[in-house]
Amino acid sequence: MRYTAKKIGTLLLTLVLVSLFVFFAFSLLSGDAAERMLGTEATPERLAALRAELGLDKPMLARYVDWLVALVGGDMGVSYQYRLPVARLIAERLRPTLTLTLFAFALIVLVSIPVGVVTAKYAGGWLDRIVTVLGQLLMSVPPFFTGILFTYVFGLLLRLFVPGAFPAWADGAGAYLGYLFFPALAIALPRIAMTVRLLRGCILEEAQRDYVRTSMARGRSRGDILYRHVLKNTLVPLVTFLAMTVAELVAGSVIIEQVFSIPGLGRLLISAISNRDAPVVQAVVTLVAFWVVVCNLAGDLLGRRIDPRLRYSEEGRA
Amino acid sequence: MKKRNYFLSCGLALSALVFAFIVLGYFWTPCDPMKMDGSVRECAPSLAHLMGTDKFGRDILSRVMKGAGSTLFVALGTVVLGTAAGTLVGALTGYFGGWVDEVLMRVNDALSAFPSFLLALVLVSVLGPGRKHLLLALGIVFIPSYARIVRTEFKRASVQNYVKSARLMGASTARILFVHILPNIWPVLLSALTIGFNNAVLAEAAMSYLGIGVSPDEASLGYMLSDSQAYLAATPWYAFGAGVVIILLILGVGLIGEGLQRREL
Repeated sequence: MRYTAKKIGTLLLTLVLVSLFVFFAFSLLSGDAAERMLGTEATPERLAALRAELGLDKPMLARYVDWLVALVGGDMGVSYQYRLPVARLIAERLRPTLTLTLFAFALIVLVSIPVGVVTAKYAGGWLDRIVTVLGQLLMSVPPFFTGILFTYVFGLLLRLFVPGAFPAWADGAGAYLGYLFFPALAIALPRIAMTVRLLRGCILEEAQRDYVRTSMARGRSRGDILYRHVLKNTLVPLVTFLAMTVAELVAGSVIIEQVFSIPGLGRLLISAISNRDAPVVQAVVTLVAFWVVVCNLAGDLLGRRIDPRLRYSEEGRA
Repeated sequence: MKKRNYFLSCGLALSALVFAFIVLGYFWTPCDPMKMDGSVRECAPSLAHLMGTDKFGRDILSRVMKGAGSTLFVALGTVVLGTAAGTLVGALTGYFGGWVDEVLMRVNDALSAFPSFLLALVLVSVLGPGRKHLLLALGIVFIPSYARIVRTEFKRASVQNYVKSARLMGASTARILFVHILPNIWPVLLSALTIGFNNAVLAEAAMSYLGIGVSPDEASLGYMLSDSQAYLAATPWYAFGAGVVIILLILGVGLIGEGLQRREL
């Protein structure tokens, strides 16, 4: 209980810090929004009126508190650029990003766990060496470059998808997911390599333990020990790492959406940043921060569910 | 028997090559990267133009050499800035502890959960375009993660005997921190540094790909990639030229990092 409370405290602190950072950075450095919006039509009266309308005439801290209170109530403000409620803009763009993130995550889990286990089982063999070298290579390729390669090979040469023509959800889930497969794979590949390396390392480290030696001495097969004991003990670091991965996939999605022209949160964020649309930037970044802390918390709690030792040691100290 | 560390030697060799290639680009390029030659538009790679030419007839190899220089400058600058500030913060908090340490680490915990790339993105967009701003933004977001590693190492070292005896002999705090402890934890920091360098290269490339934080006259590899995407069907070698250099740069330093970690075992 104490543990969960402490974790939620850190969670809230993260949200406040990140939103504060974005809020102040934008307010301090990006100039007067009212002046930009009115452009050449600016007169002192109209400027003052618009500033009052946007709440820009108040001190910064008061504005932050106002914004935070409104946000808790579900009101994210109005976009300077589109003159539409930010919540609506975000709602429209949430699905592609979320689908992309979860798709990439599914690929990571499906590929890296079997590969990690197999390479650890045959550590030092030819397969393990190939995977290690391949992994180093995959970790060195920026996802957006992978995306460009995919666009060229699968889009322009093999014509498996039409680059830039993102299908609507209404066209059917098949076409939707078919288009998202390539960007999802592009952001998943380096993460797959990292996860394989982590899992392989954890299994090999765990295999050094005394209980493994004892089981071997009792004549149990290596496979049996690996699947029934060693793997269970590597679950906690794996879950923690995967939770971090889901969180960071969102950042990866921001870039890859640009490569494949996917109308998601990332493109909204980039266009809002370019146009200094502060309400949108603040809302999107805070939303991402929320996603990140929730994923991390879920990973932590899941880890404690899996391994009771983590619970007991914490209670013992408290 | 000492096992040969192929990671380290391969990484050092590859990095030396790539760095030499990029540094060469500061002084000499095969062609003028800005010169448009109408007679060789959209040429595939050949002996005259090793990476081909773009749709204006500019030599891509020369452009990649210049662009990589920009990327390298930002990445190195980020690492220097982040390392200097991170080492200082990590050393002081790790060695002294206390409430300052406690507060900084809580803030650090909170911030490190958030993808640093997005923070840098916001920071650079408000600072305005230009390499120096990009460098500053990436350097700042690099500090917390590096400070954490440094702090852990300093904390561990501060209770060891060689530090205690240095203290008994009357060595000043600065001397203990930077003459006694720092050289001892150097290997750990070095491999953290290679990771930081690679993150900086990736972030710089991604940022300039998105068109945030670059001005067109300081073309970097990421900017070239986004430029190349429009002409992907006509001149695919443009994208490959720029991409391959990024990959080799990251691969080389990544191998060094991996090699350093394996050496300790």
